Amino acid sequence: MHLHKYEKVWLTFGMASLVIFLLVIGFAAFWKGTHPQSHLETIDQNNVEAHDSFKPENLGLTEVADGKYKVNMVASAFNYDFGVDKDEKPVKTIRVPQGSTVLFTITSKDVVHGFQVAGTNVNMMVEPGHISRYEAVMKNKGEFTIVCNEYCGIGHHQMFGKVEVY
Amino acid sequence: MDGTENNLRLFPKKDARLYMSFMYVTFVSLLVGGLMGLLQTFVRSGKFTLPFNINYYTILTVHGVILGLVLTTFFIIGFQFALMGKTVGISDKQRNVGWISFWMMLVGTVMAAVTILVGQANVLYTFYAPLAAHPAFYIGLALVIVGSWISAFTNFRQLYVWKKAHKGEKSPLLAFMVIINMLMWVIASLGVAVSVVIQFIPWSLGFTETINVLVSRTLFWYFGHPLVYFWLLPAYMAWYAIIPKIIGGKLFSDSLARLAFILLLLFSIPVGFHHQLTEPGIDPTWKFIQVVLTMMVVVPSLMTAFSIFATFEITGRKKGFSSLFGWFKKLPWGDVRFFAPFVGMVAFIPGGIGGIINASHQMNALVHNTIWVTGHFHLTVATTVILTYFGIAYWLVPHLTGRRLTKQLNKLGIIQTIIWTVGMTIMSTAMHIQGLLGGPRRSAYSEYAGGTQVDTWIGYQLAQAIGGTILFIGILLMTYIFIKLTFFAPRGVEEFPIAAEDEDAQVTPKILENWYLWIGITIALIAFAYTIPMIDIIKHSPPGSIPFKWPIGRM
Repeated sequence: MHLHKYEKVWLTFGMASLVIFLLVIGFAAFWKGTHPQSHLETIDQNNVEAHDSFKPENLGLTEVADGKYKVNMVASAFNYDFGVDKDEKPVKTIRVPQGSTVLFTITSKDVVHGFQVAGTNVNMMVEPGHISRYEAVMKNKGEFTIVCNEYCGIGHHQMFGKVEVY
Repeated sequence: MDGTENNLRLFPKKDARLYMSFMYVTFVSLLVGGLMGLLQTFVRSGKFTLPFNINYYTILTVHGVILGLVLTTFFIIGFQFALMGKTVGISDKQRNVGWISFWMMLVGTVMAAVTILVGQANVLYTFYAPLAAHPAFYIGLALVIVGSWISAFTNFRQLYVWKKAHKGEKSPLLAFMVIINMLMWVIASLGVAVSVVIQFIPWSLGFTETINVLVSRTLFWYFGHPLVYFWLLPAYMAWYAIIPKIIGGKLFSDSLARLAFILLLLFSIPVGFHHQLTEPGIDPTWKFIQVVLTMMVVVPSLMTAFSIFATFEITGRKKGFSSLFGWFKKLPWGDVRFFAPFVGMVAFIPGGIGGIINASHQMNALVHNTIWVTGHFHLTVATTVILTYFGIAYWLVPHLTGRRLTKQLNKLGIIQTIIWTVGMTIMSTAMHIQGLLGGPRRSAYSEYAGGTQVDTWIGYQLAQAIGGTILFIGILLMTYIFIKLTFFAPRGVEEFPIAAEDEDAQVTPKILENWYLWIGITIALIAFAYTIPMIDIIKHSPPGSIPFKWPIGRM
């Protein structure tokens, strides 16, 4: 099979770029630990409270060390449960200081949901029977909308929350 | 075989009727699905609510199913039947089986469409479990898939019969390409068929209590990515083997075209995890392996880009344009059969770049399930692919109806292409930017918890409504052109433009037509990419999920 000289140059250049590209994302994934969210832990979706992270008193924001936080959440159609505040009212906003490291842990009680802190890398599928987990450093100040970004039913667009980085 | 003479010979009426039936469904789908798209952009602008209590997600499901699954599949099968009929012929028996396929797909489509329209299947075209639609929706889908298989096996049979009559000859290029596309389709749709028949139908009927959600999603995306190549390959067929004829040239290279199609077959299926990158329950190493396999598509894509532009230049230079870019100016810009697909090719440059970003393991996290993705596939399928399909329809429809693409209709086609380009540039760009800012896809209008971030999204949603309106005008114009070409254009012979090989072209290596070899490698790659992760997923399954009807508004 005949390849034109220019085509050889073109394909060599293309394939070399491809190899470099794959090496870069492979290096970032395996050595720098930037794999996408792929938590492997399962759970009984009919009884999520049995798991320590999803007991009602453990939901929402907890400071685990200086500048380190965790947020536990339960998704269900069409709501994120971030626990309750001092007045027993449902929490709707997560407030963390700038630069803090936050571990987001979430599962679903019913159908598939999404969880994205809009405009950031915190973006996970949330599936019944599985726990999704992603750690991020909140570098920028501001208000970030939490959106359910996987269709979960006719109230899908009413499922949201907020992260405030101060 | 004298190519030119064959190009001008019309099909027997009986054959043309079969091929045209697929075109009718295509253009009815375009109008219905396009209207749904228009309404969606209106709703998301926040200035409009749907009348008669119609749910946003009902029209979203109609839009996705009718355009993504119905329009594409019907056009592709009709076009491919015409290509096979032109290059290798069709027997009476094969034509009859073709009709069975058509009716089966149509019955399935109507079943699914009615179920959606009465609000019993607000599950979107991906129908992710455990949202549970009415069983009629899944049965309808199964009929469409099985009907398409009947077409595929008819095409296989057509080539087989031709090969037996032409011992030692290589198969015609376009017939070869059709077979590759149908092989890919059958192997890929097995995944979704297994999921629909074994998981969804018994579960929605209540024969089984629960469904394994992650398995169903994995089977869906095993099918979901080759699905997009199934849309694209007919466009590639036109770019490789039809456009050269329209611009007055010859095939660039028969063997390279075949090699590109083989590579697309090999690397189309073992890649579905790149749609599941942010999902729990799948090992990230296997995700990465499938990302690498996904990126292999760069090779046949670069080959395609090279050969298309090489054809343009060689043809131009043969006509005597010797300056560096003189040949480019002299391309037939006024011929819509060239112009519409050309705009499609240009759109594939940003479309392809966006695709690389989406499949890039980490970068995907910023855009996954944002409206960026919607913007991406409105460039690839709704511009590159559809404009090439339109470019094909401008000559295929009159060839089938025994009419001619008049100067006036050609001009309308050019205007249609420009309207489409303007509308899509506005809509898709707005979607890409809004997605980067975190705006979600597949969502009705919502102000969420308010704030500056949400305010910026709404401006882009207004822009999408403007782009969507322009696109809908383009759809109306295209429907008008289709009706003209079908019923009213003057009678005559429109060419079926198949490019011939150069007289001194090199011999195509026999290995390119060794089906056992290529199907074997395809299956081996699939087995490599899926066996271990699939066993893992099944072994570490959580309890199954019961059907959820109330979230989609079912009682």
